[in-house]
Amino acid sequence: MSASVKLPAGPTMMQGNEACALGALAAGCRFYAGYPITPSTSIAEMLARELPKVGGSFIQMEDEIASLAAVLGASVGGVKAMTATSGPGFSLMQEHIGYAAMAEIPCVIIDVQRLGPSTGQPTSPSQGDVMQARWGTHGDHPIIVLYPTGVRECFDLTVRAFNFAEKYRTPVILLTDEVIGQMREKVTLPALDSIEVVDRQRPHEPPEWYFPYAETPSDVPPMAPFGEGFRYHITGLLHDRAGFPTQRLDEINPWVERIFRKIERNLDDIILTEGELLEDARTLVVAYGCTARSAQEAVRMGRRHTVGLLMLKTIWPFPEEQVLAAARNARRVVVPEMNMGQLALEVERVVGRNKVVRVNRADGEMITPDQILRAIEARD
Amino acid sequence: MLKEREERHLVYDYLRPKKKFPNVWCAGCGIGIVMGAIIRAVDGLGLAKDDVAMISGIGCSGRMPVYLDFNTMHTTHGRALAFATGLKMVRPDMKVLVVMGDGDALAIGGNHFIHAARRNIGVTAIVINNSTYGMTGGQYSPTTPIGALATTALYGNVEQPFPIGELAAAAGAAYVARSTVYHVTELERYIADGIQKKGFALIEAVSYCHTTFGRLNKLGGAVDMMRALKDNSITLAAAEKLEPNERAGRIVRGVLVNRDIPEYTDLYRQVIERAQSAQTATEAEGAKSRTPRSL
Repeated sequence: MSASVKLPAGPTMMQGNEACALGALAAGCRFYAGYPITPSTSIAEMLARELPKVGGSFIQMEDEIASLAAVLGASVGGVKAMTATSGPGFSLMQEHIGYAAMAEIPCVIIDVQRLGPSTGQPTSPSQGDVMQARWGTHGDHPIIVLYPTGVRECFDLTVRAFNFAEKYRTPVILLTDEVIGQMREKVTLPALDSIEVVDRQRPHEPPEWYFPYAETPSDVPPMAPFGEGFRYHITGLLHDRAGFPTQRLDEINPWVERIFRKIERNLDDIILTEGELLEDARTLVVAYGCTARSAQEAVRMGRRHTVGLLMLKTIWPFPEEQVLAAARNARRVVVPEMNMGQLALEVERVVGRNKVVRVNRADGEMITPDQILRAIEARD
Repeated sequence: MLKEREERHLVYDYLRPKKKFPNVWCAGCGIGIVMGAIIRAVDGLGLAKDDVAMISGIGCSGRMPVYLDFNTMHTTHGRALAFATGLKMVRPDMKVLVVMGDGDALAIGGNHFIHAARRNIGVTAIVINNSTYGMTGGQYSPTTPIGALATTALYGNVEQPFPIGELAAAAGAAYVARSTVYHVTELERYIADGIQKKGFALIEAVSYCHTTFGRLNKLGGAVDMMRALKDNSITLAAAEKLEPNERAGRIVRGVLVNRDIPEYTDLYRQVIERAQSAQTATEAEGAKSRTPRSL
């Protein structure tokens, strides 16, 4: 009935936001709810045009709170769903990120970061939402946050974000920034049939045996869509395996442990990093997003200093093991970020505070390769 | 005797009896009466439980879905209609019922309320209006009358109350009706009509909170407040014959709006058809010329 997704064949110029939208379509996303906000709006515009062509739906909601609520409603209906926003809208979405974590509803939220706080500078990039992506909603919860370094990765990581959301029944946040989102690069997308797409596991048991929050060997219980015979309850309250509210410690504790365990035991699958020149690196640069592009250039320029680069594509859960391994022989670890030092706190926790040299900028301009090179070359 | 057996069947058919009873509501609360009216309305329409979703927000009314054997979702404060919008769009054939309180629907959820009505999305919203925040202990709400006392208005409320039905009507709802928990058969009929209506249906169920609002304002117990609903309400037809000053303070019961306007998911289905036929046309065009975006 509905036409299939079409990806451009061969080398194509496109923006990061377009690549995110195409990645979503390729991953099987068929519902988008959002609210216009710079610099994320072109994701909404593209999906408003493309989703109905493939039988999906787009809706422009009254605000970002409603947008993520509608996404969660659609996901409960059994459809892969997403939203995209930027700083102020991301702040408004925080409560429902917590609801998605609590009720274990798969969804993808793209935050094309702009300079903040508050209205900030809508057309300037920033990496200021790194900690908000981890801790923005109240209460303790695990979260997966991915961060592409370029246009092709916008496509790939959007697909991965949906796969992780479906596989682990969790909200997944894709952080990009104004540079990554708006930059045009020449990319060649993979063929549609070569892309690995994961769908949520559905129950095989009869409805009367189904428990939506059962303890299962994988720690991820199958998810039944509404309307197909599995009548069950979903709530933002702490709940038992049937989804009903509970205050019993012997029901709350296993749940808390399970939602953390389902992420922690799968770090090998979830953590994505890429290293360059890491062998015997005496100076290590740890970078992510568009800053990693400047870092790549800085590392090339400073090759005589035995400097290596670790690019983080998954930033939460924080890639502790990968950072520790890459920093093994390093005397100094340079962490450039377009904020006043957020992920550097994690790097410091892992490699020790005295090893870390921070390079920060939070004025809406990119960190240049020269800035990073100066930090690489600076004497202790 | 037969009647009694039928009632027993309804209870066993629609409640989740082994789960979380007794319920959280105070003895004498009107919410249970609304729940009963919903059950009888759904049963009377012969809907399959699998095809019914009930979504609620936060507050006393927010607890209703846990007791009912539908596809149920207890969401965040004020946002139930936004969740329902997403579900209805991907499951347009489901009957989506949304249960809210007055604070839930009109204060924190006021924006979603008017926009759901404006879109005319086919969900049935039931607002149980008890003029207060019951679960948090009796604070003033967007429907608290001027002059009434609340724990956050100890010197009398000075804010104008929202007329819920009129608000939904002005925002574009296809069906708007108001009744009370005293007029329970009427309420049941309105809920059934609302569920059958194509488009956004709003049923205001005027109730009371004897535990907080009633006690603070010395309105007596549940029975006294129930009697007040009976004595103080008039039908729409009767109200139309009165002068505005005679209508003041009365609960006007009746169907405020019942109009046939296009429903949102029906319109969106047309969007999908238009997008797909445009796509087909573009492809026919594209077969003749090269795609400009490719390098």
